Amino acid sequence: MDLNRRKFLNTLLGIGGLGGLSLLVYPVLSYLKPPKSTKVAVSSVKAGKATEFPSNSSQIIKFGRQPVVLIKTEEGKFVALSATCTHLDCIVQYKKDTKQIWCACHNGTYDLNGRNVSGPPPRPLENYEVNVLNDEIIITKKA
Amino acid sequence: MFNKSFSKLVNWVDTRYNITPIKNFIEHKKVPVHKHSLFYYLGGISLFLFIVQVITGILLLMYYKPGEESAYESVRFILTDVNFGWLIRNVHSWSANLMIFFTFAHMFSVYFTKAYQKPRELTWVTGFLLLTLALGFGFSGYLLPWNELAFFATKVGTDIAGAVPIIGDTIKDVLRGGDDVSGATLSRFYGIHVAILPLLFTFMLVFHLFFVQKQGMHEPDSFKKLPAENKKYTPFFPNFALKDALIWLIVFNILLFLALIFPWELGLKADPFASAPAGIKPEWYFMFMFQTLKIIPAHVLFIEGEVLGILTFALAGLLWMIIPFIKIEGKANSRFDMMKWIGIVLVVYIVVLTVIGYISSANTAGG
Repeated sequence: MDLNRRKFLNTLLGIGGLGGLSLLVYPVLSYLKPPKSTKVAVSSVKAGKATEFPSNSSQIIKFGRQPVVLIKTEEGKFVALSATCTHLDCIVQYKKDTKQIWCACHNGTYDLNGRNVSGPPPRPLENYEVNVLNDEIIITKKA
Repeated sequence: MFNKSFSKLVNWVDTRYNITPIKNFIEHKKVPVHKHSLFYYLGGISLFLFIVQVITGILLLMYYKPGEESAYESVRFILTDVNFGWLIRNVHSWSANLMIFFTFAHMFSVYFTKAYQKPRELTWVTGFLLLTLALGFGFSGYLLPWNELAFFATKVGTDIAGAVPIIGDTIKDVLRGGDDVSGATLSRFYGIHVAILPLLFTFMLVFHLFFVQKQGMHEPDSFKKLPAENKKYTPFFPNFALKDALIWLIVFNILLFLALIFPWELGLKADPFASAPAGIKPEWYFMFMFQTLKIIPAHVLFIEGEVLGILTFALAGLLWMIIPFIKIEGKANSRFDMMKWIGIVLVVYIVVLTVIGYISSANTAGG
């Protein structure tokens, strides 16, 4: 009888203890998860004068909080792609010599259409639309 | 005069707190003497370097200011304006690297002399956790100067955590303090580096050292097999302790030499809107993992390469931690030592991938 009462009380204490502990742990874990920051939805950005942009060169453009690589090919065509490597989040660069987009972190390469052509990147880079209006380069997110 | 005052002090403490058992323990502690005796110093060296880390780390805290707009500038201030700031920072960086090196050396010496086996399983587990925490120190401390290399290393490192199935995104968010590596990440890494990790490390270290003291030094099989009259021991105090102190002094001199001759560069300030520079590489102790991730193709069957790599490393780490509890039985009369070969393959893998990693990053930096 006594033993049963002790067992019962121990179980009760155990459950109460675990419950109390989880009541403490839950707010701490929730506190550590950062609140979602309100993102300003950017649909297009201006990226300078088209005539001042040298051929076979590139520039990283701030598209809201995302980096976008804007490239002017040798033929004078503009290409804009997400600059975030799909492998492990590094920022890619345009290689003038190979005319490819290259990620220095793990040696991944993409072609000028953003297609992952070699190395570890698993997906292509996101494409952006580029228009030139009155010599102003405008990069727009594709719908 | 000094001896007399000292023994008076000891007696004073003894009558109040009964420290005789501790005195007896120290007087009777002995260390086996054999061809691998040098290995016994590796753990002590790692401990010494940890102490150097704590002291120099506290000194750096006096001037370091976390934050996107202040971290890089404060480290530059330490290096250029603070008296001996360059020395403190270089000693901190070098001792961090040496500590990881000696901890690895300590771990493999324990592995190859089979010191991890029963009854020292928990010494091994706590030791492995200490190494993991030391790597955490390295990873979190690397970001604190907020330079270009550290920025990308942290982007990659936290993205790797994000590849863990189911809970990966939450881990990544918690580590980064947001979607991206930013000032919020720096604040978190600072907190992790100077508060959370030291607390966990000290706690684990107390257990590790307690287990070592409680069970005494491990004797390798070759030593155990010797007849009793051929077994040589040296008293821990003062003989071994003095040799330990001498080795610590030598390591300290090497540390100062490295800090003076090979200073750590601060590099360029991190810019979240700049391309990763060519030749980017992580700290040397992460290089073999970095190189493995480079080699694994984008997709292996239906799994993404990075997920496969990360899960493999996590599984391998877990198996390595619980290796004292794993029994691999060979044929009774076989002389083939499976455990030894697992260790050799692992060491060769780490060394080869590290070398390849350095060669390839040197090539890409040039090209």
